[in-house]
Amino acid sequence: MAAIALREIEGRSRGWWALFALAGALVLGMLFAWHAMETRGHVITGMTNQVVWGLPHVVAVFLILAASGALNVASTASAFDKRFYKPLAPLSAWLALVLLAGGLAVLGLDLGRSDRLVVAMTHFNFKSIFAWNMFLYSGFFAIVGAYLWTLLDRAVGRHATLAGRVAFVWRLVLTTGTGSIFGFLIAREAYASALLAPTFIVLSIAYGMAIYLLVLIGACAGAGRPLGRGVVERIGRLLGWFVLAGLYFVAVFHLTNLYLAKQAGVERFLLVEGGIYTRLFWIGQVLLGSVVPLVILWSPATRGRRGATVAAAALVVLGGLAQMYVTIIGAQAWPLDLFPGYEMRSSFYDGVIHRYAPSLPEAALALGGLAIALGGALLGVKFLKLLPASLSDETLAPGDGAH
Amino acid sequence: MNVTRRQFFGTTAALAGMAVAPGLLLIEIRQANSATRASSKVRWGMLVDTTRCVEGCTACVTACNKENGLSGGTGPDDSQWIRKIELKEKSTGRALSLPVMCQHCAKPPCVDVCPTGASFKRADGIVLVDRHLCIGCRYCMMACPYKARSFVHEPLHDQKPDVPRGQGCVEACTLCVQRVDRGREPACVEACRTEGRDALLFGDLNDPGSAIARRMREAGARQIRADLALDTGVRYQGF
Repeated sequence: MAAIALREIEGRSRGWWALFALAGALVLGMLFAWHAMETRGHVITGMTNQVVWGLPHVVAVFLILAASGALNVASTASAFDKRFYKPLAPLSAWLALVLLAGGLAVLGLDLGRSDRLVVAMTHFNFKSIFAWNMFLYSGFFAIVGAYLWTLLDRAVGRHATLAGRVAFVWRLVLTTGTGSIFGFLIAREAYASALLAPTFIVLSIAYGMAIYLLVLIGACAGAGRPLGRGVVERIGRLLGWFVLAGLYFVAVFHLTNLYLAKQAGVERFLLVEGGIYTRLFWIGQVLLGSVVPLVILWSPATRGRRGATVAAAALVVLGGLAQMYVTIIGAQAWPLDLFPGYEMRSSFYDGVIHRYAPSLPEAALALGGLAIALGGALLGVKFLKLLPASLSDETLAPGDGAH
Repeated sequence: MNVTRRQFFGTTAALAGMAVAPGLLLIEIRQANSATRASSKVRWGMLVDTTRCVEGCTACVTACNKENGLSGGTGPDDSQWIRKIELKEKSTGRALSLPVMCQHCAKPPCVDVCPTGASFKRADGIVLVDRHLCIGCRYCMMACPYKARSFVHEPLHDQKPDVPRGQGCVEACTLCVQRVDRGREPACVEACRTEGRDALLFGDLNDPGSAIARRMREAGARQIRADLALDTGVRYQGF
């Protein structure tokens, strides 16, 4: 396989500017929302003393997971030395960076005292997985940044394999850390499982690869770069495996919980009686987010077709958001069982299902995070050599590109 | 302007005195503080006798709100440092009423998860939030098994000088640390006694001779969610 040239896109088309303007407008909306929350308080959000983490956290955690997963294509190229993926690696590393930036921006701006970010960076409680995550996130920026440099600059290109391997290990630890934010919570019945860390790792790869495919297909279409059906099919097939693995982990998680008598209540709530959470789980996460994309990605009639793959990847993203909604908000909607064997009632909403409805400011905050990632991706393909000049089947020769 | 040597020295001495005085005052305050610094020899705790606590009585809640400057609102965004929970045993129908607040755990999950160390436990066992370090991430609220913490959702006005609170920060029962440090009981305990119930008993769990330790030794006491092994400072009798 001949070396494939990587080139910036022109980035002057109406489509590029329209998307960039949209991202800019959404980031502006995010800043307005943040200012409103800073001055008027979180009372303007749907978050309460019962559901303390809301839509911003759903999107932020999704983006952080997707960031780590977006690196998968690059890891496959460098850490596992698969030549087929090498020209696809720079875009993968860049997406990892901008997705993480989007997620962290949402988390940072949602803080009750976001003006004290410097406190968070100077005072650490090393028993807190949150504090650990701050090192994991900043380390991710540094390591993936250095890795991207080895991919883009021939002078340091010989270090790409080493940098790719370090980045691969780091992303596994990072996602373990993200999963452990919930896995370490003994208070909540829907969490407190060591399974959450590996589950989050598998899900992250599915989310990240889905976003990677969307950006790759979108950028190639927008910039008029050839993109072979074989290339799309191959990445799509891999995405399918991770979607399936995600389903497997989610099934094991719920089955183990169902086995424990004390978890029966929360499981019945999430899987059967939880209203919006039950619908989001079965229809959003399982059916539309996993089963339908799997059929599209693997069925001979649709696999490798750009439109179908875009639909499948978009469904994986929506299913992922649904999954995070159920995981983060559904788990809080279920009341804490302070007194097993007793019915409870109080002025503080003990013993009742907690209500939550996201408000416009927190939706704006969440959308802003997605917009930062989108804007970053647009700037990246315009100013950096991230996108191959051609990804036609002939150029990339997937048939002999296994090594 | 003619200044005699005597005037010059006099003015200089006065200015030097003015400059040093606040520093001396601070040293004095610091010494006074260290005299009342929390001691690990003490472990403050509370015993709730649920057989004396009755449904409908909220004297402890009202006293807490007044002492700590809380609005007393019960909306989903309002802070509630202590609340009355009405219980009904599912199998027998037996009814119980009891107050729940921060349980001042010896191994507090809120302190473990706090990224900045804002949630901390004093040497005498009282779990507090440092308002200057809290970034408002609410991870402690996710971690507390007792739903004891509240987040300040709105701007605050007319705060109590002894009980600083802050918009965007998390807060919870402090065992009325401002009173305890002056040798007084928490407001809820005093109010319950005034009401004639005497369902709450405050004292040093480490002192075998204290009333609370004696009562716990004689009649036993339970922890809420004892299965979590958090070694709570607030204990209950009668449930």
